[in-house]
Amino acid sequence: MKNNTIINLALSLIVISFNVHASSKVHLDHADTDISNTASLQNGAKLFMNYCSGCHAISFMRYNRIGEDLGLSDELVAENLMFSGNKLGETITTAMPEDAAAKWFGGTPPDLSLVARSKGTDWIYTYLRSFYEDESRIFGVNNSVLVNASMPDVLWSLKQGQTEANFDQNVRDITNFLDYVGEPAKLIRLKLGKWVLLFLGILFILTYLLKKEYWKDVKYGIWRPRD
Amino acid sequence: MSEQTIDLKKRRFLTKATSVVGAVGVGFVAWPFLSTMKPSAKTKAAGAPIDIDISKLEAGQLVRVLWRKKPVWIFMRDEKALDALNSDELIKSLDDPDGTGNSKNQQPSYVTSNFRSIKNKESVAVIVGVCTHLGCSPTYRPEPGAADLGGDSWPGGFYCPCHGSKFDLAGRVYAGVPAPTNLVIPPYRYVSDSLIRIGVDPEIT
Amino acid sequence: MKNKQSWIDQRFPLTKVFNEHLAEYYTPRNFNLWYFFGGLAMLMLGMQLVTGIFLTMHYKPDSAYAFASVEYIMRDVEWGWLIRYLHSAGASAFFIVIYLHMYRALLYGSYKGPRELIWILGMVLYVALMAEAFFGYVLPWGQMSFWGAQVIISLFGSVPVIGPDLLVWLLGDYAVGDAALNRFFSLHVIALPLILVVLVFLHIVALHAVGSNNPDGIEIKKNKDKDGIPKDGIPFHPYYTVKDIMGVVAFLWLLCAVVFYAPALNGYFLEHANFIEANPLKTPEHIAPLWYLTPFYSVLRAIPPMFGSQFPGVLAMGAAIVILFALPWLDRSPVKSIRYRSPIYKWALGVFVISFIMLGWLGVQPVTPLNALLARVFTALYFAFFILMPWYTSIGKTKEVPERVTG
Repeated sequence: MKNNTIINLALSLIVISFNVHASSKVHLDHADTDISNTASLQNGAKLFMNYCSGCHAISFMRYNRIGEDLGLSDELVAENLMFSGNKLGETITTAMPEDAAAKWFGGTPPDLSLVARSKGTDWIYTYLRSFYEDESRIFGVNNSVLVNASMPDVLWSLKQGQTEANFDQNVRDITNFLDYVGEPAKLIRLKLGKWVLLFLGILFILTYLLKKEYWKDVKYGIWRPRD
Repeated sequence: MSEQTIDLKKRRFLTKATSVVGAVGVGFVAWPFLSTMKPSAKTKAAGAPIDIDISKLEAGQLVRVLWRKKPVWIFMRDEKALDALNSDELIKSLDDPDGTGNSKNQQPSYVTSNFRSIKNKESVAVIVGVCTHLGCSPTYRPEPGAADLGGDSWPGGFYCPCHGSKFDLAGRVYAGVPAPTNLVIPPYRYVSDSLIRIGVDPEIT
Repeated sequence: MKNKQSWIDQRFPLTKVFNEHLAEYYTPRNFNLWYFFGGLAMLMLGMQLVTGIFLTMHYKPDSAYAFASVEYIMRDVEWGWLIRYLHSAGASAFFIVIYLHMYRALLYGSYKGPRELIWILGMVLYVALMAEAFFGYVLPWGQMSFWGAQVIISLFGSVPVIGPDLLVWLLGDYAVGDAALNRFFSLHVIALPLILVVLVFLHIVALHAVGSNNPDGIEIKKNKDKDGIPKDGIPFHPYYTVKDIMGVVAFLWLLCAVVFYAPALNGYFLEHANFIEANPLKTPEHIAPLWYLTPFYSVLRAIPPMFGSQFPGVLAMGAAIVILFALPWLDRSPVKSIRYRSPIYKWALGVFVISFIMLGWLGVQPVTPLNALLARVFTALYFAFFILMPWYTSIGKTKEVPERVTG
């Protein structure tokens, strides 16, 4: 009986419609991040560690990797990014106990290691700027991108006392940092790509000339003089 | 067109040029593949220096810890054991007592010659417990005069059960046993009198 | 050098094999762009094998560790990201190459006698490759992996009578879980690669027995010189080796452009939802297989449930694949190449290509009433291409095929 339920459930996924793209109907602002901008990444890292990492882990990321990639010395990483007495080579977890998280937020706040890859940078950028006052919600705020998000507007204090453009830039830096966290190899991938393509381009020219040279035999009908 | 129109020189040059550039390409590709087999960031993090509290370590006692997946012995030698390490009788029977021959790469430069420990901390030994023959971990046999290890001439040391290699209490190998070199001393430092950090050299003062 | 060669030749037919299959294997001299893809498919098989070997050194086929082990490869393993992207983009590239290779056969009638067996072996390869891709797709254990596996495996559950028991046996559990992941891993890294390598070998043995077709669809062996060498043939080596090397480098350039600048290709090569770990309690908003399986997925969705069962849809999907096997016997045309075919065949082929692409596109779209209607129309056209083939290939005026290859 149970098997049939599973089959029916899975098969109904095939036949029933999938137009549940509710979330994608929300207009998302273009994040316009630049992963090659180290200053932006550094600022994003600092803001993330100050405003987000209390609740959200980025548990696939290591402290020393951030230091290496963003050009920060071990001492700077230890001073500015590490809080919980962790070691440099360790991954970035959160100090929040799970039962406390369940009590405050109704569940463990999600790990953000891959949020940029699953949701995209535009989503993060828009989401963080879309909190509005809503007295009916537990933290007094709601979010127009993720309706009924169980997250307070943690950047509220950052927003005070700076211009909107400044705030947007700060959110962009956090987004940029999360994009980097989603795929640290992106830094080297983008740098290396042009050299790989240049090399293969040169090799192609050589193989093209070689082919052309050999195929003269075919063109002139003299492909058998080798022996 | 005739055969003369084929420029064999050009053909040979292009074949060579393509082969050379292609071979360089293969090298470029091989490098990342082979690099994946190096210790990963996770492994390196797990191989980070470790701290050992030795405040409760008594003379004759040995503790084993894992550092970089290898057993490391930390043990305390008493005065008698230290005297034995300095004795001519023992030194004569060793393969490379001062660590200048076969064993010159088996310890960091800052350990002393006969005790193979950090200066002024002679009684405490820190040794990687892996036999230099084929990688077994020797057993700790500190009792002098053990009958199965040569009786009166045995001042205490380590005995490898796999192939019978013998080491003294400083990890120096006896002559005429299968193991070719002394046991390895890892880099380590004293964070305080009672705390040893394995995996880093002493701070230069 | 000569000495060494004869030492080996007395013990192993090295020179003989080299000559038979390369230096004295005569290939039509008029191959065009379409003839690169067979060699490229072999390149991709080799690349998937090598990258796969290195990924297997780090991947953990355990539902508790699989997802994290892929991220471990992407971050902690030196250069692991490159190997992984080569493998994941490589899978899609493999299918692009295979589809173009198969389309070449349609264009120039390469499946027609005497090459029916080459076609059959190629089709078995194609089916094995789809299975290989499906199992590989499950391994990262993201949301799409999990729910994709759930849906595809559930198809077996729709088989009448034995379905439910078959399903449990296939999964080794009551739902997709650790047992399924572990066996999919085994099939992905051992069973199917072995089958693929053996089939490729047979595919090439069969090809070399009859010789290659060409864009004119002429048998070059019918026109030999006094030494018994086809007048329109040239030795495969060096002429097609240098040409194929050139093709390989051009192809690698494109592949690397993707790997370095858009490895996920906006969700087409690596889906966004697959960066969320598998969660049996929560289905993603939108699920679809990766693009290379979507035409058949569309056929599946196009057939409504009948008699309270999804099985007819499953049968239709199976039929859409199986009918390809029959192609050599459905085609009654006296000519092979599109160059000399009747206009009605060109129309039919055009409709088929559009149907296949549209079914593929619909497979990644959400089902709306319009999409469901379109999927049914294109499914009907897809099958019509095959079912009506004996009729439309026997009518219409074909052009005269020349004696010797052109161009």
